[in-house]
Amino acid sequence: MKRDLLLFTAFSLFIMVAPQIFAGGYLMNVLVFVGINTMLAIALNLLLGYAGQISLGHAGFFGLGAYLSGILTTTYSLNPWLAMPIAACVVGSLAYLIGLPVLKLKGHYLAMATLGLGIIIYIVFNETVDLTGGPSGLSGIPNLHVAGITFDSDVKNYYLIWGVTLAVMLFSLNLAGSRVGRALRAVHDSEVAAQVLGVDARGLKVQIFALSAIISSLAGSLYAHTMTFISPASFGFNFSIELLTMVVIGGLGSIYGSFLGAALLTLLPEILRGANDYDIIIYGALLMVMVMFMPGGLVRGVPALFRKVFSRKAEGGHA
Amino acid sequence: MQFDQILQYTLSGLSTGAIYALIGIGFSIIYNATGIINFAQGEFVMLGGLLTLSCLDLLKLPLWAAIPCAVAVSTVVGILFERLAIRPLRHPTPINLVIITIGGSILIRGLAMLVWGKDTHTIPAFSGDAPIAIGGATILPQHIWILAITLIIIMVNKVYFYHTISGKAMRACSYNRRAAGLVGIDVKRMVLFSFIISSAMGSIAGIIVAPLTMTAYDVGVMLGLKGFCAAIIGGMSSGISTVIGGLILGVLESLGAGLISSGYKDAIAFIILLLILFIRPQGLFGKADSERV
Repeated sequence: MKRDLLLFTAFSLFIMVAPQIFAGGYLMNVLVFVGINTMLAIALNLLLGYAGQISLGHAGFFGLGAYLSGILTTTYSLNPWLAMPIAACVVGSLAYLIGLPVLKLKGHYLAMATLGLGIIIYIVFNETVDLTGGPSGLSGIPNLHVAGITFDSDVKNYYLIWGVTLAVMLFSLNLAGSRVGRALRAVHDSEVAAQVLGVDARGLKVQIFALSAIISSLAGSLYAHTMTFISPASFGFNFSIELLTMVVIGGLGSIYGSFLGAALLTLLPEILRGANDYDIIIYGALLMVMVMFMPGGLVRGVPALFRKVFSRKAEGGHA
Repeated sequence: MQFDQILQYTLSGLSTGAIYALIGIGFSIIYNATGIINFAQGEFVMLGGLLTLSCLDLLKLPLWAAIPCAVAVSTVVGILFERLAIRPLRHPTPINLVIITIGGSILIRGLAMLVWGKDTHTIPAFSGDAPIAIGGATILPQHIWILAITLIIIMVNKVYFYHTISGKAMRACSYNRRAAGLVGIDVKRMVLFSFIISSAMGSIAGIIVAPLTMTAYDVGVMLGLKGFCAAIIGGMSSGISTVIGGLILGVLESLGAGLISSGYKDAIAFIILLLILFIRPQGLFGKADSERV
């Protein structure tokens, strides 16, 4: 427990001083997105890594959060700080209601149902032109501001986004280590066994689905207010797959892994400049290679690899 | 007037539905042999169309030679996919299989984008574009090709699964893989066969639909998902129920697009998919009627 707290403190400190190291320019902007993607990856990981339930429609919840915040603050000129919890509540309740029938499904069927859900949401963003602006997007979303500070620069946004991301991380770490977290892992391993031991598997799955949607919606609201412009293209099927890739690469069931996956996949396109559209090939290859050779993700795979290499060396030394 | 319109939408819906049926049967064959939903199924549809295009344009082959050539190459891709991605997995969980077939589908689609670019391509119709009048509606010769070829494939399938040794062995695998293995059926070979058959069927679907809808590197996503939808309606059978599922989906989608809103055309398919999954996950016709092959 103490070690966990130490790790989290060290991680937070690293995040807080990072701008001093990577100061200025374009990179700060990218690091803001690492924060948003970390939040989303954690949200999906709670569902997929802990409860073992796949979702291929999380970009939809992310988009709903962004659009609700965007529409409430522009068309209805609501205070952004008020719009954000409203969006989260609406998305959470929606996810809960949809989750009741959807999470009865398992494995492939669940994947297809959530995928269909994500695509339906995406089509709605495109077609309700009066409300969302359709394919050309929604602009003029106000920046957040509090006590005279307007979050309009990359550095300010960095601290805003990462403040929330760290809070989400701390919450998720606590959740994972709690009674609920253990119940989730039990459901993951065997739903029947979990139920026999008194875990309300069905209720728990729906609750974690809703929680995951709420976190995604929150990330969406923050995304809308930092970007000030949103369009359906950011919330399509490909983004759901990108989120899945982050979680799988980082490590299923590891909160820090989600950060690792999000950081890697957000920075990768920046490193591979010029490869612009082709990064999708790399995602595909990464997904396959990771599942085949490192099913535990980077957080577990890399230390295991090290141990293997070093133990081999040690053996070599003895011989 | 109104009746003619409905007739028109129904007729064009039937030919799209036949395509969904072919793709759906591909899904079912793999699912029944292996328990895997192959998310890369749609990519074979895309490969069929684009490879035919390359055979026509680059190799200057006539259409009758280009088509088998394209089917053969897509089938090889199917074999490679099974060998490189599916077979090496030792104890795959359903989630890992979902992720790996999604990875495969993204990879194939990305490579197709490298080879053919992002443009939409057209393939000439098999026998001209002169419309044929039926009642108050008109159809194209390609519509008839689609329906006829689908019918032939379904009949060939039937003969294969019921009158050949390897077809019967595959049915045995779908009932009980372990028992099939115990009586001497090489289950791994049957898995490979299932990938061969469904990638060939997928690519044929892609070829016959391409002259109507045009083709591009990303057509596989939607066509694949709708094929899956057809398979779900049919209760994952590789027989007539999935065909009916595809036709129902095609007609509903076409009517919905024509009479309600074309923007929501794709949403209709997914709403049907969700409703079926919620209400009758065993398919519209129940388990008793569907043949699980």
